[in-house]
Amino acid sequence: MAMKEYILKMNNITKVFPGVKALDNVNFQVENGEIHCLVGENGAGKSTLMKVLSGVYPFGEYSGDIILDGSVRKFAGISDSEKAGIAIIYQELALVPEMTVYENIYLGHEIKKGRLIDWNETILQAGEALKKVRLNNLNPATKVKDLGVGKRQLVEIAKALSKNVKLLILDEPTAALNEDDSENLLELLRELKEHGVTSIMISHKIKEVIEIADNVTVLRDGRTVASMSARDGGILEGNIIKHMVGREIENIYPKRNVQKYEEKTLEVNNWNACDSKTGREILKDMSFFVKKGEIVGIAGLMGAGRTELAHSIFGNPDEYRISGDLYVMGQKKHFRGPHEAIKAGVAYVTEDRKGNGLILISDIKTNITIANLKALAKQGIVNENEEVKTANYYKGSLDIKAPSIEQKLENLSGGNQQKVSLGKWLYVKPKVLILDEPTRGIDVGAKYEIYTLMNRLVEDGMSIIMISSELPEIMGMSDRIYVVSDGRITGELPAEGATQEKIMEMATN
Amino acid sequence: MGIVNEARDLIKKNIREYGMYIALVVIMLTFSMATDGLFMSSRNISNLINQTGYIAVLAVGMTLIIVIRHIDLSVGYIAGFLGAIAAILLTKYAMPVWITIAVVLVLGASIGIIIGFLVTKMSIPSFVVTLAGMQVFRGALLRVTSSTGTIIVPNADFNAIGNGYIPKLFSINGVHGLTLVLGAAAIVLYILAEFNNRNNKLKYGFEVLSNVMFTVKLLFVSLVIGYITWILAGYNGFSWTVVVVIIVVLVYNFITEKTVLGRHIYAIGGNPDAAKLSGINVNRVSMIVFSSMSMLAALSGILYTARLQSATTTAGLAFELDAIAAAYVGGASAAGGVGKVTGSIIGAFVMASLTNGMNLMGVDISYQYIIRGAVLVAAVIFDVKTRNKKA
Repeated sequence: MAMKEYILKMNNITKVFPGVKALDNVNFQVENGEIHCLVGENGAGKSTLMKVLSGVYPFGEYSGDIILDGSVRKFAGISDSEKAGIAIIYQELALVPEMTVYENIYLGHEIKKGRLIDWNETILQAGEALKKVRLNNLNPATKVKDLGVGKRQLVEIAKALSKNVKLLILDEPTAALNEDDSENLLELLRELKEHGVTSIMISHKIKEVIEIADNVTVLRDGRTVASMSARDGGILEGNIIKHMVGREIENIYPKRNVQKYEEKTLEVNNWNACDSKTGREILKDMSFFVKKGEIVGIAGLMGAGRTELAHSIFGNPDEYRISGDLYVMGQKKHFRGPHEAIKAGVAYVTEDRKGNGLILISDIKTNITIANLKALAKQGIVNENEEVKTANYYKGSLDIKAPSIEQKLENLSGGNQQKVSLGKWLYVKPKVLILDEPTRGIDVGAKYEIYTLMNRLVEDGMSIIMISSELPEIMGMSDRIYVVSDGRITGELPAEGATQEKIMEMATN
Repeated sequence: MGIVNEARDLIKKNIREYGMYIALVVIMLTFSMATDGLFMSSRNISNLINQTGYIAVLAVGMTLIIVIRHIDLSVGYIAGFLGAIAAILLTKYAMPVWITIAVVLVLGASIGIIIGFLVTKMSIPSFVVTLAGMQVFRGALLRVTSSTGTIIVPNADFNAIGNGYIPKLFSINGVHGLTLVLGAAAIVLYILAEFNNRNNKLKYGFEVLSNVMFTVKLLFVSLVIGYITWILAGYNGFSWTVVVVIIVVLVYNFITEKTVLGRHIYAIGGNPDAAKLSGINVNRVSMIVFSSMSMLAALSGILYTARLQSATTTAGLAFELDAIAAAYVGGASAAGGVGKVTGSIIGAFVMASLTNGMNLMGVDISYQYIIRGAVLVAAVIFDVKTRNKKA
């Protein structure tokens, strides 16, 4: 076997934040021309390591050596690492929505003729760059805001390629993509590999890692805990998870005592919704129900209309034009806003905690009580002591890890933020709880806690509607599954007998 | 926990809030020294407060506007216009003072509802709506004063709001009696409220300040109230303007800190989308905030007209800028969700003290503007820095 050639070696990297050792003597090696996956729970140090590599934390703020192409590099900033051929693509994309694709691709390294930008050459080159990321049919003059998430990601990669990147770093590139786009992206990474581009991919999706990685490095609590190679067949799911969490997870989806009730708590019949601004039909003739003590899974690809369905039921804050019937606890309802839905016993934990779920600049206490202040108030005056008691109760019962309820949410991890979000909605004492991607972006340990909580809630007679893109989660937690595709319900499956293939078939129907 | 540690903890936690009080004290001490005590004289402090009243009430409303991520540029000329309306009602229509005040306040609130409607239902940015409002009410002010020019208000009762003082009732060695009584009452009420609060917390088994720290806090605040009362009592006592400002601050502080409405205002500022999905009627709350702002602008107009004993054609010029500056100096954040009514009041007094002190020192007006600008930036830098530290 030939000697392994390393494009990158990071030796004994240590990075300390006030009070925390984010990286502790990390060693990380990437071979030339491979796809290397970096995995670990949230807070394991993956992003920090990549920030050290790309110069976000410049030389001097960390200890250890970065050896790129055989020589030690001391990057003073991102522009240095870019010059050396490193490009990072973050989860939150760095494109300007109001600009066109070609403007975005050459933003920051414009093609110039003299002192002015050569727009014709820019458009021509942009077209070439787009071909490299399999966007042959995309007009470079399209505005980025008119593209879907999947295409935006590809445009970002095209931008990186236009800078002659040698080492491409992708931070959870498929987190926001549907199955098709994800598959396409992985395919593209393989293609780039053929052309000699080395990629480092941070990912939470273990299946994907197994599919694509030549080598895997696992980080835990700021240390390298394992390296695996596809060459010797060492990349196995159980193996990766074991190293990530440091313990064997017997059962990711805890079992619950199923109690059969017949009472339907929420039912929707012939439900249609239409965006009143664009006139686009979003939901078409949907009918489904959930019973007391039941978890109903809503599966489907991103953009299939799952979140829109939840919003349209939960008081329609986006002001869609709606037709159809909604029954809650057997009564016909027309909610004029989320406040009426809450009053009727429906709660909705949003998909996007940061965007529309929580107030990150406020503390745990404020966030937990904000949707049900009435319960704490007499004549509009809030009883602050009762409020503290309430918040402490949920902090304890949900095991929210924070020094106190006065902690600001921006200082909490994703898993703990999600628990606050759950506490907020449990406090409205709902009968039907809609969970939209309840475990997105949170680590395995916190996921397990949330699944256990869901089981406890349905055992106590609550109904849960769970929207999720993760098929194993849908199959592991639901009693029944509805599959949504292009604004329609394309199938209903009992949990037993559902397979990923069956669901996928309906979801792409 | 040692008392020193506790004090240090308390300061660390509240550095942003205390920072402003400290700044105000430093400014006052500096000017006192520079003017041989003239600045802190009873007469000057009394004047200073009366001059600041009409900006202070605007700053209170502006705080809430900024908290919900909006801005209101129209308040200056709304104050000017409604001040003129008050003058007209009093002179031309000979309306009684109380009815005039009520009518003008209702007019203000109505104007605010229109502004709020345009901002929320029509989705026009508040900057544009209120920029337009500024032009409209500037025109309206010129219109209503066009035939008469400056309108002199001869009504002594009305003018007392801006110039008068509460009755003395009795005096002790020439010191204003009722003011002393009210000051003492305020201290007693404050101490009772703190004890009540503490007992409630203990009943719930929550952590409270240690006995020593609690006593220190009670003594300190009582001393501050007592000192201010003593200074004012040494001149003419509490002015009606002081009474109005104190009532406005107490009411708004109560609303923002203790009520569901207040919580909803801060939630909208913190994350409007999350607020909406939490069942908060964002449009309704925003309308209330804009309406309250314009109502306070009406109050500001009344205070200003009463103070000048007349309505002029240029009344209200740049009030909005002073109010906005006061709110920012007082710790409001343009990103929304942050800002306290009490902070903005302190901010208003910081800016007013600068003007007043520099006037006493005879600093040229050109330097005054430059220094005020520098202080505004310094205050915001301090605010931003202390906020980042916490994260």
